[in-house]
Amino acid sequence: MRVGIVCPYTWNVPGGVQQHVRDLAEALVGFGHHVSVITPADDDAQLPEYAVSAGRAVPVPYNGSVARLAFGFRSASRVRRWIHEGGFDVLHVHEPAAPSLGLLACWAADGPIVGTFHASYTKSRVVSVTAPILQSGLEKITGRIAVSEAARKTLVEHLGGDAVLIPNGVATERYAMADPLPGWPGRDATAGTGPHLATAPHLGTGSLPGPGPHLGTGPGEGGGVLGFLGRMDEPRKGLQVLLRAFEILARRRPGLRLLLAGPGDADDVVARVSPELRDRVAVLGMVSEADKIRAYHSVDVFVAPNLGGESFGIVLAEAMSAGAPILASDIEAFDRVLLGGRAGVLFPVGDAEALAASAAELLDDPARRKQLSAEARAAVRRYDWSAVARDVLRVYETVTLPGTTVVESGRGA
Amino acid sequence: MLPDWIYDLLFVAAVVFLVGVYVSWRATRLDRLHVRVETARAALDAALVRRAAVTLELAASRLLDPATSLVLATAAHEARTADAESREFAESDLSRALRAVVDQPDFAATLAAKPDGQAVLEELTSASAKVVYARSFYNDAVASARTARRKLLIRVLPLAGRAAWPGFFEIDDDPPRP
Repeated sequence: MRVGIVCPYTWNVPGGVQQHVRDLAEALVGFGHHVSVITPADDDAQLPEYAVSAGRAVPVPYNGSVARLAFGFRSASRVRRWIHEGGFDVLHVHEPAAPSLGLLACWAADGPIVGTFHASYTKSRVVSVTAPILQSGLEKITGRIAVSEAARKTLVEHLGGDAVLIPNGVATERYAMADPLPGWPGRDATAGTGPHLATAPHLGTGSLPGPGPHLGTGPGEGGGVLGFLGRMDEPRKGLQVLLRAFEILARRRPGLRLLLAGPGDADDVVARVSPELRDRVAVLGMVSEADKIRAYHSVDVFVAPNLGGESFGIVLAEAMSAGAPILASDIEAFDRVLLGGRAGVLFPVGDAEALAASAAELLDDPARRKQLSAEARAAVRRYDWSAVARDVLRVYETVTLPGTTVVESGRGA
Repeated sequence: MLPDWIYDLLFVAAVVFLVGVYVSWRATRLDRLHVRVETARAALDAALVRRAAVTLELAASRLLDPATSLVLATAAHEARTADAESREFAESDLSRALRAVVDQPDFAATLAAKPDGQAVLEELTSASAKVVYARSFYNDAVASARTARRKLLIRVLPLAGRAAWPGFFEIDDDPPRP
């Protein structure tokens, strides 16, 4: 199948939609389909061979924030030419309600068009003056996909119509292998052998406790590393529960360390830990994608203490892909992803003492950790991009009729 | 010869009269400044409304691609419907949206090549320039009125009446340059 995918946001700028498009395109290519992605990109950006640049995106205020969008005559004509030359069986437009390439593609094409809606917002943004502009593009979409229940709700409430739900996938392979961060022993290093010290610290946070006296103490010797990743200032992510558990555990296990990553004020988090334990807490703050993967490989137990509000838990799925033994609160979403406790240990939500007890048990039992790691890797495969891409392909097959292709639309809307 | 106290009385009366004239003159001047602020404000509002209207007209003209139309229509609508508190932000956003659209390479040439394109573009340029002028005149009037009202006499005597303390209108109104 020849698939044309339209990405509305600049390719080389990190973002959820861009990541989604990249993973989907690569999964489809993996299935042997012909894929072409058109995307805004900076002039010097390195694009993969399946991607075509539509020129630079321009920062512009839109709906109360500044977004980088591609619009204007030039972008429009490039999209039109790409559609004309592509000969696609199906056109897959991402975020078609944003004033960028997605909307331009809807405008410029006729034929089977699939639209994926990513954004969710509560404030109404479609008003009488913009509705006709949007409708003329959106009404050409034959099949609509929403990536989350929230995105679907937004679509229903603000634009009308409905969509099928196909959640984001996890590129499990990308997480499978990585070296632990410098100064951290990592799961696979056996106690006592030299950990990865050669690399200079490149994290730039300065808050990494250097390879101090605790280094080299494996989990079995009262050491070990607990990890957390997520918004540190968002109570629902449950960091406070983990910090309480760490206070309990760290006094009994002199080598135990805590590795925290995610957006939020690092000083604020450190201030919440007892002074004598602070040198055993490393707060990385925002980390790059590569360092995030390495962080998953640096911990002995990955803790997901979320209090609720998760529909799926992308972070949990990533940690599972990295083979980290999981200790998670027993909220419904996690219970489902962890197969009721088979692919990870569950503790009662919000219960710091139970968290501490389970963590201690896990840290003392390398065989159990190994088994959980394997179970997690197996369980997360259901959420792999290949599975998601298969669902998306089913949508393509539903909207395409034999003999029809995407053609350039007659001028105008 | 009149008694001395008569001269004293006449002198005091003359002084009171002169002071009265002076104060009244100052009050008139202040009032004139307030009227100038109000007039300038009305002109500024008209210029802003005009700019938003021309932007909406361009957005709805089908001369543009839908993405550009959507950017412009959203910004113009926000500017038109913003409340007093968010007005300055919304108008600044409209200025930035207009620049992002019009300052794109080839935009002006492509638009001018379309029927009516040149006219709409000129109207937009003119409306944007008028916002710059109107805002400058308004802020100038506000500055004069504020200086006048800071004077001791005006503060001691309630000469400003119930007129509100005039506020500057601070926005990014840098116009697009096609």
